[in-house]
Amino acid sequence: MNFAELAWSYLRARPLGTLLNVLLLALGVGTIGFVLIVDGQVGDSLNRDAKGIDLVVGAKGSPIQLILSGIFHLDVPTGNIPVGAAAELAANPLVKRVIPVSIADSFRGYWILGTTPDYVSLYDGTFAAGSLWHEKMQAVLGAAVAARTQLGVGDRFVGSHGLAEGGPVHGDSVYTVVGVLNPTGTVLDRVALVDPESIWFVHEGAIRDADERKVLEAERQFTALLIQYRSPLAAVTLPRKINAETNLQAASPAYESARLFRIVGVGADVIRAFGGVVLATAALSLFIALYHALNERAYDIAVLRTLGARPSGIAWMLMLEALMLAALGGMLGLALAHGMAALLARWMADQQSLRIDPWAFTAGELWLLVPAFLAAALAALLPSWRAAHADISATLARRN
Amino acid sequence: MITIEHLQFGYRGGPTVLDLDAFTLPAKSNALVVGPSGCGKTTLLHLVAGLLSPTRGRIEVDGQELGRLSPAARDRFRGRHIGVVLQQFHLLPTLTALQNLLVAQTIIGQVADRAAAQSMLEALGVGEFASAYPHRLSIGQQQRVAIARALVNRPRLVLADEPTSNLDDEACAVVADLLIDATQHHGAALLVATHDSRLRARIPRELVLPRRAVVEALA
Repeated sequence: MNFAELAWSYLRARPLGTLLNVLLLALGVGTIGFVLIVDGQVGDSLNRDAKGIDLVVGAKGSPIQLILSGIFHLDVPTGNIPVGAAAELAANPLVKRVIPVSIADSFRGYWILGTTPDYVSLYDGTFAAGSLWHEKMQAVLGAAVAARTQLGVGDRFVGSHGLAEGGPVHGDSVYTVVGVLNPTGTVLDRVALVDPESIWFVHEGAIRDADERKVLEAERQFTALLIQYRSPLAAVTLPRKINAETNLQAASPAYESARLFRIVGVGADVIRAFGGVVLATAALSLFIALYHALNERAYDIAVLRTLGARPSGIAWMLMLEALMLAALGGMLGLALAHGMAALLARWMADQQSLRIDPWAFTAGELWLLVPAFLAAALAALLPSWRAAHADISATLARRN
Repeated sequence: MITIEHLQFGYRGGPTVLDLDAFTLPAKSNALVVGPSGCGKTTLLHLVAGLLSPTRGRIEVDGQELGRLSPAARDRFRGRHIGVVLQQFHLLPTLTALQNLLVAQTIIGQVADRAAAQSMLEALGVGEFASAYPHRLSIGQQQRVAIARALVNRPRLVLADEPTSNLDDEACAVVADLLIDATQHHGAALLVATHDSRLRARIPRELVLPRRAVVEALA
């Protein structure tokens, strides 16, 4: 029966008050934790998706929109670019690899992405079943698409124009699934991959003669080009050259992602500040609870002193009580943060958006307990000091 | 056991409220501290317990002069050598009867001795209520647990402050017998501050505090 057990006995003796204080602390820690987890997870997710891509080239417009559509497929494209641009850039000695992407249609909310096999290797994709396409109108499904649509090798589907479900359906152009990829935790999971020829075929319709074929082939377009540099020097010259000398737009994923995070970061800061306010409220509530407890327990404290307890021991007991609440509130807050992140992850999965892992714990999260402990310690400071300096003799005499 | 010489006490900046020239309580003996309300009975007990420090004079308990001890050492000394029974036998409400005894052991840095605590409860006739919380105990059972708590560290001196006030004759007799028997059985001296004349039959020796103290206090 030490001071910790004694402090715990007082917490157990008033379950409602304890629960409310724990909940308040948990809400504060949970809110801040939620922002940190989501912030980190979204950042990781974006980094995974953009890994290996040094530059995105597309139609003129908003560079952030180009990045969001070209890499993450979270926005509509800025426009299309001529197919010939890919060959021209591939011929540039500063460029190591050009991966074209072409999006126009979707299947149950997932983009149908026309690209080359390099796109699969960019994200280290491996096959759970089947293999790459060998001809047009064959498709390879990302893991999330396959899981969600329950399609497998040999199954057939048709795309609809645009991303919204219920759009015009290309009913006469049926894709056959020839491969299903293993999960990679990247954007690769969230797309159905096809050869660009398939995209063009679906939209060009039946070609009447060679002349029409020639005209249509000349008009073929990609949505964007994902570029890998051969040398770091390319970062200095290539984007500037493309933006200045062509009708194309070049955007750096690293720069635009950072810019996007700065914009979104304001919102995150507001939520984080809200968490801080909740935590401060929790500290105030804890202070009031301890302060009242001090009056209610004046005689108990006096009894403990007559039993030989030192003033510092009494102060420590109250401090322990607050720290126990902080520990409980902190742990519950972390659980709450991950729970909220799980809800968001589910919602994002429903929206075919970024993939976040809400249950990935990091040691850094334990730092979230620090503000909880600080708030509790601060709240307990004055009550502890008062308890330690209470006039025991007067308390006992008053009761008599 | 207790030796008091030229004791004076007054609250800071106030008049002297207690003036006691000499008092001795031998080991294993009993005495009452009596006098009118406000004469300083409780104050004297608090001085002997080391909860208050005298303005002048010296108090020696079990050969140790309290004034020579640091506040921390005085707390430790009180926990080890002095048992205190309060007027309403106040038990810590969030702890069971047994835990009330264990806390008295551990609060002074001793290892909890469950067997000793349980045996003390049994000696006081409340062994079967070891795991009961105070609000589940009758007043009589609470009194016994409180006395057991005062004795669990085998103190050489037990101080009791108005232990029988508000009790009817029958309960008064039970509590007085319990206190006297238990302290004698464990070889402890007993000093009881009281205005209850019914205790005189059981504890004949009295320290009568003079009314003068009250007059000075009022002055």
